[in-house]
Amino acid sequence: MWSGLRRVTDGQTVVSVQAETLQQMLEALVAAHPGLAPYIRAGVSVSVNGVIVTDLLSPVDPGDEIYLMQYLKGG
Amino acid sequence: MAKDEIQRTYRLIGTRPDRPDGLDKVTGRARYGADVSAPGMLHGAVLRSPHAHARILRIDASKALALPGVKAVVTRADFPTGLTGEDWNLQENTIAGEVALYDGHAVAAVAATSRLIAQDALRLIAVDYEILPHVTDVDAAMRPDAPAIRPGAADHSVPEGLHPNVVKYIDFGHGDLEAGFAAADLVREQSYTTEATHQGYIEPHACLGQLGADGKGEMWVCTQGHWYIRRMAAAVLGIEAAQLRVTPSEIGGGFGGKTTIFIEPLALALSRKAGGRPVKMVMSRAEVFRATGPTASAAMKVRIGMKKDGTLTAGQAEFRMQGGAFPGAPVSSALYCAFASYAIPAVAHVGYDVLTNRPKCAAYRAPGSPMAAFAVESLIDEMCRELGLDPLEVRLKNAVREGTKSSYGPTYGPIGLVQSLQAAQAHPNLSVPLGPNQGRGVAAGFWFNHGGETSVSLAIGEDGTVTVSVGTPDIGGSRASIALMTAETLGIAYENVRVNVVETGALGVNEPTHGSRATFASGKAAVIAARHAIAEMCRRAAAAWGIDPEAVDWQDGAAVPAGPNAGKFPPMPIAEIAARMGSTGGPISGHHEVTAGGVGASFGVHVVDVEVDPETGRTTVLRYLVVQDAGRAIHPAYVEGQYQGGAAQGIGWALNEEYIHDAEGRLLNPVFLDYRVPVASDLPMIDTVIVEVPNPGHPYGVRGVGETGITPPLPALANAIAAATGARLRSLPMSPPKVLAAIRAQRGG
Repeated sequence: MWSGLRRVTDGQTVVSVQAETLQQMLEALVAAHPGLAPYIRAGVSVSVNGVIVTDLLSPVDPGDEIYLMQYLKGG
Repeated sequence: MAKDEIQRTYRLIGTRPDRPDGLDKVTGRARYGADVSAPGMLHGAVLRSPHAHARILRIDASKALALPGVKAVVTRADFPTGLTGEDWNLQENTIAGEVALYDGHAVAAVAATSRLIAQDALRLIAVDYEILPHVTDVDAAMRPDAPAIRPGAADHSVPEGLHPNVVKYIDFGHGDLEAGFAAADLVREQSYTTEATHQGYIEPHACLGQLGADGKGEMWVCTQGHWYIRRMAAAVLGIEAAQLRVTPSEIGGGFGGKTTIFIEPLALALSRKAGGRPVKMVMSRAEVFRATGPTASAAMKVRIGMKKDGTLTAGQAEFRMQGGAFPGAPVSSALYCAFASYAIPAVAHVGYDVLTNRPKCAAYRAPGSPMAAFAVESLIDEMCRELGLDPLEVRLKNAVREGTKSSYGPTYGPIGLVQSLQAAQAHPNLSVPLGPNQGRGVAAGFWFNHGGETSVSLAIGEDGTVTVSVGTPDIGGSRASIALMTAETLGIAYENVRVNVVETGALGVNEPTHGSRATFASGKAAVIAARHAIAEMCRRAAAAWGIDPEAVDWQDGAAVPAGPNAGKFPPMPIAEIAARMGSTGGPISGHHEVTAGGVGASFGVHVVDVEVDPETGRTTVLRYLVVQDAGRAIHPAYVEGQYQGGAAQGIGWALNEEYIHDAEGRLLNPVFLDYRVPVASDLPMIDTVIVEVPNPGHPYGVRGVGETGITPPLPALANAIAAATGARLRSLPMSPPKVLAAIRAQRGG
C-alpha cells in the first residue's frame, strides 16, 4: 500500500487476505479495511502476472503477481 | 495462445485491400451525423453562458416560446433531479443547474421548425446572471484565494487540508527513492506545462433524437460509442436504457472526444416536450471548442537521477491537471505512463485532479500520456546532452522489455520497445546530415491499450458470403481489419465479408471505439464467432457425410475429412453448406460476447528533424519518423495511418494548439482560423516503421495502435528545437513567439 492508501489501512504497508478468486480478494480487502471500499467501487483494472484480467471470477494462485490500478480506458 | 501459433505467415493478414467504406467516403455518399433527417423534424439550438462562472438567477423563455415556429424550450427544470456521481456530472454538463460553470455551458435549448428560427429564439430568452469569480489555470485554482468552484466535489482520495478545487489525489511508486537519487551522478529537476488542446475532429457533433411521452425513443448520432450514448442519455433523462435505440452514423473523427454526451440529451428532451417530433442538432465549430471536451492542461514537476553512463537510478513526478469544472482529468493514467518506458529501481508519483472554470474534459488519444512524456522525455534528453550521451542509446540502455517490472507495478509480457528503438537507430533518417539552425529530437512513448465489453455476431449468407455485425464505430479502418481477420479465419475472400456497425438493439453492450480497442477486441470476438460458425459448418458436413463431426476439418473455406480414416469425401465449400442450410438445420451464425482481456501494450519511438528560423521563431518540420510496435499489422496501411495521424496531432499540440482565455475566462480562439491545427502544407510525409512483436492475447497477435503515436511528438519536438537552437522550452505550445523569446533569452537578450 502506497502512502495515500495507508490512511485507510491503519498505516499498514502490506495487507494479507485469503481468497480463491479475484472477486473474493477484492471483497476480503474491503472486509479487512472498509476504507478501501470507495477506491475499489470507483473501478479498478486488475493485473495478474502482467495481464489485465477482466473476469473477476478467475482463480488466484499464491504465486501470482497482482496489481490493482485505477480503471483505464483510453481515447 | 503459444507464441509459435501467431508467428506465421498469412493469406490475407498483412495485405492492403481497399477499405470497404472508401467509395462512399470519396463520393460523398457516406452519411455523417448531420446528414440524417426525418419527417416532421425540428431543429434545435442551444443558449450558452457568456460567463466563465455565474449564478443563474432567472430564465424567462416566454418571448422565445411566442415566436412563430418555436415548438419547445427546455431548461434544467425539464430534467429529473436526484442524480449522483458521474450521472450528475453528465447532467450538469448537459445543461447548467444553478450555476453556469464555464464560458459556453448550456443554459437552455430551443426546438423550432427551422434552424434560423431556433437561433432567433435563443436571442429572445432572457437570463439574469450573478457573475462569480472564476479561475482557468490549474495552479491558480489550487491557491488558497482561488474561488471554490464546487465545494464538496472532492472524493475519498483527497487528504485534508487541500483546496476544495482538488477533487482527486493519487500517489504510488516503488523502491527506495532516496537511495536511487544518491546512486546517481546527475540529478535534475524541472517544471513543465502543457495547454489544453482539442481533439479537433473535422465533423462537429450532430444528432437526431426522438422521444415520446411513453419513454420510447430513437437517436441517430455521430459517436464513438452508441451504447455509452444510450446509457448516459437515459440516465440524464430518467428513462430506461432499453427503450432508447441508438444508431451510429459514419464518423468524421473522434479521438476520444466522442465517447460521451453533449447535445444528445437536449435533442431528446426537446423532442419529448415537442410532442415526440424528432429534433436535429448540429454544433457549430465554436460550440465544439467552447462546450465539448478538450484534453486537460497540466503543470508538472519531474526529478530524475542518472549515472554517467546513462543508467537511470530514480524518478519522481508531481502532476497537477485541470479537466474543467468536473472531476476527470487524466492524472492517474499520466502518472502510470510517466516512467513506463524505463526500468528504474525507484519511482514515486503524486497527482492532483483540479477543478477550473473550463469545459468538462473528455478523453483524447492516450489520455495523459502525451503530457507525461513531454515532461519526462524532455528531462531525459536534457540530461543526456549534459552528460554527452546519445539519447537513443540511453533509452535503449534503460528500456523495459519482457520480464521488466513496470513503473506502475505489473511485470511486462512480450513488448516491443527495444525492437522499436533498434529500428529507429537503423533508419536512414538518422544519418541525414543536419544544417545550420536544424536539430534532431527523439522520444519514446507508451499506451496501455484496452479490451472492454464487446459483442459481435456473424451470419453466413445463403450464397456463402458473410456478414459481421460489430458495435464499435469505425474511426480508423477497423471494418477492413475485422473483414481481413474474419476472411482469414474462414478461408474465404476478403471481398466476401461485409462488416456492419450496427445499432444498440442488434447486439449486447459494446464499449465505444476507445482505448485502441476496436481492431483488437471486436476483431478477436469476430475471429471466435467465425470459429463457432466453422464448428457448425463442420457439423453440417459431417451429417451429410455420415461421419463424426470431430472427423471434419476446415481448410481453405471448405469442410474436409480430417484424415484418411475419416472417409473419402470431396471438400464441401462454404457456399455449398450455406445453400443447403435451410434444410440442414437452419441459419448458421456465430457469436461472441466478452469483456476482452489479453490486451498488449504498445511502445513507440519518434525521431524528428526541424529547422528553426532564428528571426521569427517558426519551426519547420523537415522529416519525421514513427516507429511503433503493432503486435501484428492486420492492414498495414491503416496502421501507418494511425501512426501518421498521431504524429500530426502531436505536432500540432507541440507547436501551436492552445486554448486562450481572456481576463473574464472567455475562450478567445474557438475557430480553426485562430486555433492552429497543422494542415497538409505544414507537414512532411511522415515516415513509418511497423515493428511486430505479437501480442499473445490476440489470435493474430494484434496490439492497439491508435493512441501511442500521439505521445512522443511533444517531447521529440522540444528536444529537436533544443538541439537546433540551444534553447530548452518547457511550456507548450512552442509557438513562434515563445521560441523566439527562448532563443533571445539563450543569447542573453
